[in-house]
Amino acid sequence: MVQAYFKIQSVEKLNASTYSFVIDCPVLARESWCGRFVNIQCGEKTLRRPISISEIDQANGTITIVFEVRGEGTAWLATRKAGDELNILGPLGNGFFPDKDKPAIFIGGGIGCPPMLGAAQDYGENAEAILGFRSKEQLILLDKFKRCCQSIAVTTNDGSYGTKGFVTDILKDKLHEKPDCVVYACGPMPMLKGVAAMCAEYNVQCYVSLEQRMGCGIGACLVCACKTQEQDGEHMRHVCKNGPVFDAKEVDFNG
Amino acid sequence: MADLRVNIAGVEFKNPVITASGTFGFGQEYARIYDISRLGGISCKGTTLHERPGNPAPRIAETPSGILNSVGLQNPGVDAFIRDDLPFLKKQNTVVIANIAGSQVEDYVETVRRLQGSGVDMIELNISCPNVKEGGVSFGTSAKSVENITKQVKAVAEQPLMIKLTPNVTDITETAAAAEAGGADAVSLINTITGMKIDINTRRPILKNNTGGMSGAAVFPVALRMVWQVANRVKIPVVGMGGITKWQDAVEMLLAGASAVQIGTANFTDAYTPLKVIAGINEYLDAHGEKSVSDIVGKVQVW
Repeated sequence: MVQAYFKIQSVEKLNASTYSFVIDCPVLARESWCGRFVNIQCGEKTLRRPISISEIDQANGTITIVFEVRGEGTAWLATRKAGDELNILGPLGNGFFPDKDKPAIFIGGGIGCPPMLGAAQDYGENAEAILGFRSKEQLILLDKFKRCCQSIAVTTNDGSYGTKGFVTDILKDKLHEKPDCVVYACGPMPMLKGVAAMCAEYNVQCYVSLEQRMGCGIGACLVCACKTQEQDGEHMRHVCKNGPVFDAKEVDFNG
Repeated sequence: MADLRVNIAGVEFKNPVITASGTFGFGQEYARIYDISRLGGISCKGTTLHERPGNPAPRIAETPSGILNSVGLQNPGVDAFIRDDLPFLKKQNTVVIANIAGSQVEDYVETVRRLQGSGVDMIELNISCPNVKEGGVSFGTSAKSVENITKQVKAVAEQPLMIKLTPNVTDITETAAAAEAGGADAVSLINTITGMKIDINTRRPILKNNTGGMSGAAVFPVALRMVWQVANRVKIPVVGMGGITKWQDAVEMLLAGASAVQIGTANFTDAYTPLKVIAGINEYLDAHGEKSVSDIVGKVQVW
């Protein structure tokens, strides 16, 4: 874990409000793996913004982060250019550890897609992805998923691209086909709740990457609480340190 | 190099910079970023007699130049603190301050009693948590109850006792004086100022607890004023905190009468803030020909 300034190597705008930065940071890249995140200082804001790591290139010592402009912090971040330096704390969190001996389905919802790209790349060529977006205008990273996955299915809420509906509509068929698979997911809470419920119904192992408002990002301030039901009872875990990836059957989605 | 050591109620700190309770856990996390033995001290996460799960999330909201939090005193309980966290802290060569909270006087007394012989250097009594119904703030708002709880805890504490005061009162010098009358060895202030933030689209407060405690740069002028007032009212040492984000703020606090400072929210913005503040105070003292940090405490020349 390190807090230091790192240079933005390149900037790409993926849609109207989503940006991708490649960051030159060998020190961070070395300790990075899929599903981990970094906490980035955004101008004069008091709080850093936690952004998940999308891709990792160990050979070149870079990580790629993809973020959506949601408020003042990310709006500031979106104005950064290649060559600018960012104050980054990371890499943080537990991340994904895809089981390469089992079929895997990677599910991303909107801005939850970027960490799933890294997870699918880590898993290898037999990865299957299901990606959900509100509409065609929000699509991101499809080409990259196509390059690393055996198959990808896309849903949009309004039917403007791919299958009209939600990722769970596609997931149901997949779980019928591959009852021995493992599901990895990141996206909005209602989507994760639906995915977790469906996996529980089919008795399929599922890991979800959660989002919560964070303070320190390293497990000291305890603000990003997540209630879990584990074998030894109820716990108040923390998304930054115990997560962001949790075993879906332990997450109390109503807590 | 000026002498940065300060002595508060018989406890020697290698420098006047302490990390504030609730922002620094029990030290393990920040120790992965830098050598925490460079700190003057660490005020640990508020600890209660029994484990507390805390409030539901969201527990944090960003506000102009600051934050609101409503953690609700999540902690493993004093016995787990002594067993799991204290051994690490004691090896760090920095002053360890246990921050204690509770819902009744007997809880505070019993929690502090269990800390006797544990190796904790100092006790900070949190009678000012705004995020829990019985989180201590009820003791912290009336002078009479501040004096009473101070007296009762003091009777069982071998370590110096510091009372952390809430700013959510009409006159903070009254509660500070009550702590002194009850036998406190020091006071620390300010805890957070109660605040609120609403999401105008959902029309719901961001915090699940509806309200929370405000901290960060925005509260600094209020904190500084209160530290100055309290330092002029009591004879015991004052530890100043509230919105310190840079060394200049810390120097202001010292000039206002604080013997040491605590840094909290700024750790989230820049983990190195406490170290930068220590270095900055040293440079300031050298530049102004001051030999010791204690030489500038309370040296504001008021109009």
